[in-house]
Amino acid sequence: MANVIIPDFKNTPVVDQVGIEERIARLNTRSIKKASKLQGLKLALNMIDLTTLEGKDTDAKVKQMCYKAMHPHDALPGLPTVAAVCVYPTFVKTAKAALKGSNVKVASVSTAFPSGNAPFKIKAEDTKFAIDNGADEIDMVISRGEFLKGNYNFVFDEIAKIKEICGKIRLKVIFETGELSTLDNVRRASDIAIYAGADFIKTSTGKISPAATMPVSLVMLQAIKDHYDKTGIMIGMKPAGGISTAKGALQYLVMVHETLGSKWLTNEWFRFGASSLANDIILQLEKEAKGVYYSKDYISID
Amino acid sequence: MAKQETKNQGSDFLTDWKYAPAPEDNKHIRLNKKYDLFINGKFVKPAKGKYFDTINPATEEKLADVAEADEKDVDSAVTAAKNAYDKVWKKLPAKERAKYIFRIARMIQERAREFSVIESMDGGKPIRESRDVDVPLAANHFFYYAGWADKLEYAFPNRKPQSLGVAGQIIPWNFPLLMAAWKIAPALATGNTVVLKPAETTSLTALKLAEIIQESGLPDGVVNIITGHGKTGAAIVNHPNVSKVAFTGSTDVGKLIQRSIAGTNKKVTLELGGKAANIIFDDAPINQAVEGIVNGIFFNQGHVCCAGSRLFVQEGVADEVIRKLKQRIETLIVGDPMDKNTDIGAINSKEQLLKIQDYIKIGKDEGNDFYQSSCGIPNKGFFCRPTLFINTAQSSRLVQEEIFGPVLTIQTFRTIEEVIEKANNIPYGLSAGVWTDKGSKIFNLTSKMRAGVVWANTYNKFDPSSPFGGYKESGFGREGGLHGLSGYLSM
Repeated sequence: MANVIIPDFKNTPVVDQVGIEERIARLNTRSIKKASKLQGLKLALNMIDLTTLEGKDTDAKVKQMCYKAMHPHDALPGLPTVAAVCVYPTFVKTAKAALKGSNVKVASVSTAFPSGNAPFKIKAEDTKFAIDNGADEIDMVISRGEFLKGNYNFVFDEIAKIKEICGKIRLKVIFETGELSTLDNVRRASDIAIYAGADFIKTSTGKISPAATMPVSLVMLQAIKDHYDKTGIMIGMKPAGGISTAKGALQYLVMVHETLGSKWLTNEWFRFGASSLANDIILQLEKEAKGVYYSKDYISID
Repeated sequence: MAKQETKNQGSDFLTDWKYAPAPEDNKHIRLNKKYDLFINGKFVKPAKGKYFDTINPATEEKLADVAEADEKDVDSAVTAAKNAYDKVWKKLPAKERAKYIFRIARMIQERAREFSVIESMDGGKPIRESRDVDVPLAANHFFYYAGWADKLEYAFPNRKPQSLGVAGQIIPWNFPLLMAAWKIAPALATGNTVVLKPAETTSLTALKLAEIIQESGLPDGVVNIITGHGKTGAAIVNHPNVSKVAFTGSTDVGKLIQRSIAGTNKKVTLELGGKAANIIFDDAPINQAVEGIVNGIFFNQGHVCCAGSRLFVQEGVADEVIRKLKQRIETLIVGDPMDKNTDIGAINSKEQLLKIQDYIKIGKDEGNDFYQSSCGIPNKGFFCRPTLFINTAQSSRLVQEEIFGPVLTIQTFRTIEEVIEKANNIPYGLSAGVWTDKGSKIFNLTSKMRAGVVWANTYNKFDPSSPFGGYKESGFGREGGLHGLSGYLSM
């Protein structure tokens, strides 16, 4: 990052909400059929961060989810695994052990997820704990309160310091866009995170409604694109929460494809944070393979 | 539970993701082999028995034979319209007129899919546009004007609005059904009867509309739809029983019409060519502005009289805008109009394609920076890649003349005075676009633009309630909205 000039975040590019919504409407008219649908569905499955982030999580629940991550639906051969599982720091060890020998990664939320309201010392400890337990990826939250106060340097520094702790471990930065309220703010948060060292930018915790939406995601993808055109550095994107249908996932893929290009269409650069999406994709893939819809009872939950 | 080997499979689908063909089905479309003239509520053969071919510009295959109306046919159409006006339509209570117009709107909606498919087959426009823009808007125009029919006294208080008689209407090939709706709906609402001629390359949806009009039970002769070339149009314009001429098309023909009706008391509205400036300031939302540029010039293959064909970019953001525009047009899909993913369909006719290619050659010969999308185009049919000419001069022919195709010229500017001067420095004045985050700049600029429509932070937005029309050589009179009524009334 040494020779990258940090922009003035008070002057981030403006976003026109009406224009964004029109672009989304147009992207959503893309009709994805046959081979491209099959390919897209498998790709989407392979991009999922299978997530459980509940107060009532247990080791056994996490273990079951990890098996599902590796074996989404063995009844249908040739399916990919999901990309990662996403858990609280206290379950990283369990997940890591359960996923041993597979390529499925363990992502841990941190920095006092989901609110981010804790002293930095605790956020740092939270992150270190997850990494020490074997987390491959860290999903941190930004301090929305400081951001909305206009304290952009505070937000920037916090991200930079967490990235320092992460080192080579990939850092996803969660904005909780549902609390940022405007698309201009989403763009600003994207620029701050990208320049502060995020490897991925992520929409939401899943705890606030609205979670991921297409307009918000498009603004973030455009920030990634602008940064890439300037620096040649690729940043990943993860919409999280609210995407539960295969059709919705395909619409996201179309948006990524036409905004960033096919280079981003791998789970190295694009993820879905979701829990129920995987099963709808499996349902659709079964339908493509066998020509009829199955009862959902044929597809395991978790 | 047998432990299966898990692997992160991917290689089979991590290749470049291409959209599979998604063609709109056209098996349900029933086209006649031969289409006759719709006169006095019936389909009748042309007097001389002459027909011409209408083809699908995307495949160059013939779709049907269409009748060529001569002066005799025009005379029977106008006579039918005149009789219908004198004996039926003029006497009908306004609210009864409204019912018919409303019924036509409903019937277009019911048959929307059929209309959009035929529109795309006959005219070459992508199904996405005929389905989402042309057909719904056409229905909306009928709905909108149905509402005005019995409220004319409120639209023009204390002015006693009176209908004129027979309206002769000649429409272009770029929005065949929509233009028919723009013309017929206000004419009927104001109590006039109609003789309409669609363009020779795109007659089919107008003839399908004739079928609907027949089914709707509209009294015979109130709407007559006759097909043919320029000569047929001239016969309509010159017919002594035509009281009103409404024309949308080229400026050359518009001037011809003006000349031929000089000295008569025919009322006329002309909606002619355009060469709109689309102006991007450095404080604009750039990504959305790029989208607006694309909508402005590549909508309907650029066959739009209000197309944003002259792009003005403030120098500070010119490199960024041009870079993004190039990237964006690479994602435009050019090809089969019937594919739901097609962004740019076929050029309407061979003649038009040759004209566009001529202009591209002129632009290259002038030595302008030239950029074209690298997309493939079908071997058969009339297609043109999205094309940019960068750093063109105000005096270039590409900037001065209407191309009517997917060709954009790009100029840079420094100050707001400069861009207003250059934007207005053209014989046309139909439309313009302005992109900035600052509201005061929008109002300052729009009040100085000599253009009938100015869009701010958007482009090519149409609504039946909004008047549309030009300044200078883009014509006069307004269509749409309350203003669209006055062209068909004497007060």
